Amino acid sequence: MSFIELVGLHKSYGRHTVLQGIDLQVQRHQVVTLIGASGSGKSTLLRCVNALEPIDAGEIRLDGDVVSGPGVDVNRLRRRVGMVFQSFNLFPHMTVLDNIALGPIRLLGADPKAARERARSLLERVNLAHRADYYPDQLSGGQQQRVAIVRTLAMDPDAVLLDEITSALDPELVAEVLNIVRELAADGMTMMLATHEMHFAREVSDLVVFLEQGQLLEQGPPEQVFGDPVEPRTREFLRQIVEAGRL
Amino acid sequence: MTSVSASPTTEASRLSPPPKSRVLAVIAAVFALALLLFMAALGSSAMNGSEAGTTPHTIGLLLSTGGVLVSAVVLWIAVRALRGSLRASREARLGKVLDARATAAASVQDALLTLGLGLTVLLILLGALMLTVNDGIIQKTFLRWDLMAESAKDVVAAFGLNVWIAVMAEVLVLVLGLLLAVARLVPGRAGRPVRALAIAYIDGMRAVPAIIIIYLIGFGLPLLNLPLLSGLSPEWFAIIALTLTYSAYAAEIYRAGIEVIHPSQWSASRSLGFSYAKTLRFVILPQAVRGVIPPLLSAFIALQKDTSLVNIIGTMDAFNQAKFYSSASFNLSSVTVVAVLFIIITIPQTRFVDWMLARGMSRRGRAGGK
Repeated sequence: MSFIELVGLHKSYGRHTVLQGIDLQVQRHQVVTLIGASGSGKSTLLRCVNALEPIDAGEIRLDGDVVSGPGVDVNRLRRRVGMVFQSFNLFPHMTVLDNIALGPIRLLGADPKAARERARSLLERVNLAHRADYYPDQLSGGQQQRVAIVRTLAMDPDAVLLDEITSALDPELVAEVLNIVRELAADGMTMMLATHEMHFAREVSDLVVFLEQGQLLEQGPPEQVFGDPVEPRTREFLRQIVEAGRL
Repeated sequence: MTSVSASPTTEASRLSPPPKSRVLAVIAAVFALALLLFMAALGSSAMNGSEAGTTPHTIGLLLSTGGVLVSAVVLWIAVRALRGSLRASREARLGKVLDARATAAASVQDALLTLGLGLTVLLILLGALMLTVNDGIIQKTFLRWDLMAESAKDVVAAFGLNVWIAVMAEVLVLVLGLLLAVARLVPGRAGRPVRALAIAYIDGMRAVPAIIIIYLIGFGLPLLNLPLLSGLSPEWFAIIALTLTYSAYAAEIYRAGIEVIHPSQWSASRSLGFSYAKTLRFVILPQAVRGVIPPLLSAFIALQKDTSLVNIIGTMDAFNQAKFYSSASFNLSSVTVVAVLFIIITIPQTRFVDWMLARGMSRRGRAGGK
C-alpha cells in the first residue's frame, strides 16, 4: 500500500484549471520530485496534499486513510505531513528556538523546557545551534530555510513536502539547504519536492514526475526521465534546461 | 594630459557654468531690507497705540525690539548672499569655475535662508503683535495671567478626571476593539452573522458623533433602571460612552493590522497543524499588535481630547471647571488653561508616535533590504 496516494486530483481557481486529474503514488521512504515549468501545478499539488488548498474532485489518501473531503481533521493531517516553503515563512516575532519549539509545545503538549532542548539539538544537526536566540531577519536566506526545515521536523512528521525551497536563495546558499535534504533522504524520510535544481533531483529522487499544464505527463526513475524521456514535451523541457546550463 | 592644468581657459570652457545666483540674492536683499524697515515701523506704531507703562506697551516694545534685531541678522545673511553671488561671477571670469560653483551654491543657500527665516520671523511677530493691538484686547480676552493663575489649581485638579476617564476608556477599548476585530474576521459560513453584527456595530459607532453617544448614555442609562449600570457615576457613563465609540475605531485599526500580515504566515502556521484560532493567537495577533501600536496611540490621543465632551452630562472635568470660572469672570482665560493642559499631554504623545513610526519604517527597511 502506498503511503501517499493521489487519485484523479482536480483543482481550479475559478475558470482557471490548475490540476486536471493527477494520479500519483508515493511509497514510504521514497523521495518523489516534481519537475515542470512554472505554472505547471507543482506547488498547487503540494499545497493540496497538505490541505492548504481544498481540492475540487478526486481523493487523497495517507497511509490508507482518506484525508480529503469534508469532515477530515486537517490539523491532524498537517501534523503528520509537514511543509517547507519557498520563502521560508519563519515567524518574525519569535527567536529561531521559539519558531521550532512553538508547534511541539502548543500542539503536541510537549514540556516547554524539553521542547527547547530538542529544538536545540535539531539545530545542532544543521549547524545552527549558535543562531538559536537570533531573530529570523538576522539570518541569511540559507540559514532561515534550514531553520524552516527543522521547524517542520520538530513536529516528527511522517512525510515532508518541500515547495521549491531553494528558489528564493542566492546561488551560494543553495548547497547548505540541499545537503540537509540529502541527509533526510538518507535517513529514509518520505518526501515530495518541487524543484528547479535538476542535478539535485536526478541525484536524490527515487521517482521523478513531469507535470505540464496540470497534467502528469511522465513519471519514472530519474535515469529514465532525465536520460531517455518518453514524452516529446518532457524532452523539450529538458532541452531548455540544458540550454540554460542548469543540467 | 600634461597640458590640461597649463591652460585654465580651455579647461574652463569644457566645464558647465556655475548655478545662477544673482537674481535670488537681489530678491533676498530687497526682502531683508523691507523686513527691517517694516519691523521698525511696526514697533513704533505699536508703542504709539498703547499707553506707556501698560503691559501691552511693554510687550510691544519687547517684540518690536526683538523683531528689529532678528531682521538685522536676516539682512546680514542677505548681504552675504549678495557678496557671494558677486564673488562667484568674479571667479567664473578668472576661469576658476569649480570655485565659482561652490561660491554660487553657498550664495543661493544664503538667499533661501534669508527668505525662509525672514518670512517665519514676520509671521511670528505679526501674530505676537496682535496681542497688543486695540490696547491688548486679544491678550485680555484669552490670556489674563491673574485669572489663569487663579483658576489653574482647580482646573488642573479637574483635569485629573479627564486623565482618569481617558485611561480607563483606553484599557477597555484595547480589549473590546480586539474582540470586535476578531469577530469581524471570523471565517466560514457559520461566522457570517457574527461578522455582520460586528460590521454593523463598527459602522454605526463610527457614524454617530461621540458627543451624541455620551449624551445618550449619560442621560439614558439612569432612566433605564438597570441593576448595576444605572447606579453608576457620571464619570463611568463617560467612560462607557467613549469606550463604545472608540472601540469601533480600534477594531478597524486592529483589522488593518491583521490583514497586512502576509498570507504566507497563515500558510506556515496552518501547515504545522495550528488551527485558525491558534494561528491567530500565536502567530498573527502578536505580529499585528506590534504594527498597530502607533495608529492605536493616535486614536487614543483623539479619545483623550474627546474627554472634554463629557461636560454635557455634567461631569466636573477640566473644561466644565474652567467654564465655571469663565462665566464668573466673563473672561476666557481659564479655558485657555484647559487648552494648554491638553497641549502638554498631547504633544509628547504625537512626537512619540512619529518616533515609533520612523523607527518601524527603518526596521522594516532593514528586514526588506536583507
